[in-house]
Parts: sequence; structure tokens; C-alpha cells
Amino acid sequence: MLSFIVRRVLAAVGTLVLSSVLVFLAVQALPGDVATQVLGKDATPDAVAALREKLKLDQPAWERYADWIGGALHGDFGASLVSGKAVGGEVGMYLGNSALIALVTVLFAVTGSIVLGILAGLYRDRWPDHLISTVSLVGMSVPEFVVATVLVLCFSVALPWFPAVVLYGPEATVGQLMPAVWLPALALAVVMAAYIVRMARTSVIDVMASEYVTTARLKGLSTWRVVTRHALPSALLPTLHVIALNVAWLAGGVAVVENVFNYPGIGKLMLASVQNRDLPVIQAIALISAVVYVVCNLAADLGAMALNPKLRTRGRTR
Amino acid sequence: MTTLDTPAATPAVPAAPRSAAARAWRTVRSSRAASIGLAIVAVHVLIALLAPVLTSYDPIANNADQALLGPSAQHWAGTDQYGRDVLARVLYGGRYALGVSVAATLVTLLIGTVVGCAAALRGGWFDDVLGRVLDAVLSIPSVLALLVVVTALGTGPSVIVLAIAIVYVPQVVRVVRGAALAVVPADYVTAARARGESTWAILRREILPNITDVVCVEFAMRASWVVLLISSLSFLGFGADPPTPDWGLMVAENRTAITVVPMASLAPIIALATLVVGLNLAADGLSKAWGVDRIREGS
Repeated sequence: MLSFIVRRVLAAVGTLVLSSVLVFLAVQALPGDVATQVLGKDATPDAVAALREKLKLDQPAWERYADWIGGALHGDFGASLVSGKAVGGEVGMYLGNSALIALVTVLFAVTGSIVLGILAGLYRDRWPDHLISTVSLVGMSVPEFVVATVLVLCFSVALPWFPAVVLYGPEATVGQLMPAVWLPALALAVVMAAYIVRMARTSVIDVMASEYVTTARLKGLSTWRVVTRHALPSALLPTLHVIALNVAWLAGGVAVVENVFNYPGIGKLMLASVQNRDLPVIQAIALISAVVYVVCNLAADLGAMALNPKLRTRGRTR
Repeated sequence: MTTLDTPAATPAVPAAPRSAAARAWRTVRSSRAASIGLAIVAVHVLIALLAPVLTSYDPIANNADQALLGPSAQHWAGTDQYGRDVLARVLYGGRYALGVSVAATLVTLLIGTVVGCAAALRGGWFDDVLGRVLDAVLSIPSVLALLVVVTALGTGPSVIVLAIAIVYVPQVVRVVRGAALAVVPADYVTAARARGESTWAILRREILPNITDVVCVEFAMRASWVVLLISSLSFLGFGADPPTPDWGLMVAENRTAITVVPMASLAPIIALATLVVGLNLAADGLSKAWGVDRIREGS
């Protein structure tokens, strides 16, 4: 049991080291000279030389990698090539704003999809199931920017309840951002929930057909008790994993949705830094996303182990 | 697949594809979801091919006098801010979406299948190292990876195909590896190994025919994701270049005028959604009919 946890944590650390190398290689080994890439083809030789100096391009790649990762471990990701500010602080500020969206999204998506998934599973092949399955199919089939656009049309234009765009910068307080969080979070939650609903439905159907549920029914337990005691935990288990897998997707979805609403989060920073070729910022965002993804997956694995006794005794499966 | 055509494999070729195709056709006809889905996709392909016949308007011709018109007899879906016919742009828009998506999905599936099968067949350190590398790639957000590749190499269709392959190959490898692992212990694979057949030959003749169903379902499902990703990329301004008629780009262009000409945004949205619904239905129907458990395959 303990050795399994240790092995999982070690594997996670290994994955992280590898992804940091990949991130560094991908960004630094872009075709052509990095300095010219950043400054554009019309840059003066002096400016290119100065930037080469600043980025320490004359040192071998592995030394620059060691510098970068050593700094990153202490929270120092270098300075932004555009604003000149420390990358760590800047990314942290945007990340905090995005965390607000992510939190509300996961909350919406999980509660909504578990309830709908259990309903669909209980009413298998009857009209509630067909309705929920059809809606989730449509939810899966429209990109985030479409959901976001439709939501703006409904709840900002037709019914002016929520702001269509955010007018604050990244320094906005939680109170200022709060009214603007709901629509982006809802847009992301709709797309995310569409995947989780199907997962929850399948596991509920499996459980309801199991012998212990039949026994529980024969004992005369109410449907409500059967659902809360058996269907709910079994629907939660695979959901945990889907959420962890969705974290990587969430970072991308956030980029699109934040741009629709002009929300000052990590997605907007990501797009801006790619457009400006602000390499330190791109590297920092990629590394932080990788950390979040790996930690979430680790948490999901360990959480699944805590919820499912069968997994505790199982050895390495792959 | 030409690389797999070793002389030793040729005798098996004529029989295998025909029976597989017949089997696939029977499955499609037996599953209502799959037939509806494939029919929707077929209609989209037909529309994209026949766009010049279906409309007489040029999808990229500006006409300032006719800007921002509502639906009328001349312009069934109205016009956008440059006076371009929305219906014509929607009909032509499928060409970019379908062309790039199909190419990207094919490349992704091809690489993913070969690597996934090789990992299952070889096992050992190759499999372990590969698993770690794939985990690392998966941990980087796909949109960010796409954006970095596209900014570095430009926004041509071939670059987008390459970028999509980088992003989605790891997931395909995992699914295919999972499916192939179930075949590898089979006696006929052991027999083929004992006969001293090459890895390629075993792959081609023993493994691939047994995981065709998984690969087909994977293709339909992956294609729907690729369509969504490419349209998102266009929406963000990193995909199709204006004035190319593309659905994601159209929504981005017309979103600000959504209160004036809602059809200019809604028409491409409907086109995009129906195509992806079709692909999803096909993937669902096929996986149900073939008994491919997508959840257990590890996607």
C-alpha cells in the first residue's frame, strides 16, 4: 500500500522532469535563432545581440535548462520579454483569476453531471434518459466558443443579467471579477459535463444491475437509499478520473472562453504571450500547467484508491 | 500504409480488406446511430464538394452595398459585414474544416496505431520509456502546444496537420496499445513469432486485423475532437487566414454583429455542430455495435 503510493509519487515526479525538458526543448528549439524569432526579421543586429546576451543564448542548452529549472524551483521564472516584470508574479496573478473560473466550473460540472447521470441511469431507455443523452451529445459537439457566444446572446444581450465582457485588468479583486465569472464557468461546465454525464450514467447502470443492489431492494430499502448508498459512490469514482483528465483540457478551454469574455486569466495571458513570443512566460505557463495536470492525476489515482478497496491490494497494472 | 507492404505480406492482402469492409458495412446498417451519423457526415462531404453548384455567390467577394442584410430571397442566410453571402461561406466552409480535419486525423491515427502496436508487441523498456514520454506530452495543455507550433512554423494547413498530430498521437497510442495488448498473448501471435516473422509482418497480419474496430471507432471520435480543435484555433485567429471561408473564423468575424445579423453567426455554428454530432453518433454507434468499450480502453 505505502510502496504503491511512493511508486506513484516517484513516477509523477519523473513525468514532471520529462515534461519540463520537453517544454524547454520545444520553446528553445523552435526553428531559427530564438532572438530573431522574438524580435522579428527586421530587428537590428545590435538588438539581436543584446537579446542573445540577455537570454544567455551563447551558453549550451543544458546549462540554460539547469538555470531555468533551478530558478523555477525557487519560484523565479525570469523576466517577461515584453513587460520586463518578473514572470512568476505575473503568471501567478492571472492564474489566481483563472482558478476562480476553474473552481466554479468544476463545481457546476460535477454536481450537474452527477445528478443528470444518475437520473439517466435510473430511467434507462425511457424519456429522461433519451433527453439527457441527446443534450449531452449536443454539448459534446459544440466548441467552447459557441457555447460562450450563445450564453452571451441569452444572458447578456437578451436578458442583461451578466456582463458580456470584463473591463478590469489582471489586478482586479475577487469582488470585481465575481459577476463576470458565471458565464465563462457555465460555458466550460456545459462542455465538461457532457463527457462526465455519460460516464456517470454507465456506472450507475452497472451498479443498479448488480446483485448487492438487488439484495438491497429485496431488503425493502427505498430507491432514495439505494441511490445514495450505492449509485452515488459508484458514479463518483470514474468521475474523479475524468475530472483529472479534463484539467489539461480545461487549460485550453479556458484560453478560448477567456478570450470571448476578455477575462484577465491565464488563457488570455497564454494567447498574448504566444502572439508576442514572450518565451519565459510561455515556458512558465506550460510548466505550471504540467504541474497542475500531474498533481491532479496523482490525486485522482490516490483518491480512487481510497474510495475503492479493491484497488488497494492491486499491484501495478500497467 | 505502403511501408507495411512487405513481399511476405502480399498473399494475405486480397482477402482481408474485402471481408473487413463487408463486416463494417453490416455493422453500420445494423446500428441506427452509426447510419444516421455517417449519413450526416456524408451529406457534409457532398455539400463541401458540390458547393460551387449549390450557390452562385463567391464566398470571398466583398460587396459593400449589400453588407449586414437579413435573410432574403437573394441571400437565404443574409450577408456579413463585408457583404459576403453567409450561405455561400457556410457551404464552402466545410472544405477547410473537412479537408484539414481528415488529413490531421489520418496522420494522427497512422502514427498512433503503428507506435501503439509496436509498444504492445515489443514491451519491455521501449514500452516503459514511451509511456513516460507520452505522459509528459499529455501534461502540456494541447491548445498551448498547438499555439507554439503554429506561431513557430506559420499557419499553413500542413503545419496545423503536424501540430494536431503532435497533440493527439499520445492519446491514440494509449488506446491502440491497450487494444493490441489484448491480442499479443494470443497463440497465433506466438506462433508467428516462433516462425521468425518480422515485427512488421506480425503487426500487419496478426495484430492490425484484430484491432480494426478499435481504430475505426477511434478515428470517428478523434475526428470530432479535431474538427472542434481546428475550429477553435480558427476562432482564436491561429487557424484559417481571412478571407478563407471557415466556420470558426466566421463566428469570430460575426460575433460582434450578432444582434444585427444573428444568422451570420448561427449558420456556421449549426454547420459545425451537425458535423460533430454526426461524427460522435458514428463513433458511438460503431463502438456499441462492435462492443468496443471506450471507457475501458483508457481514453
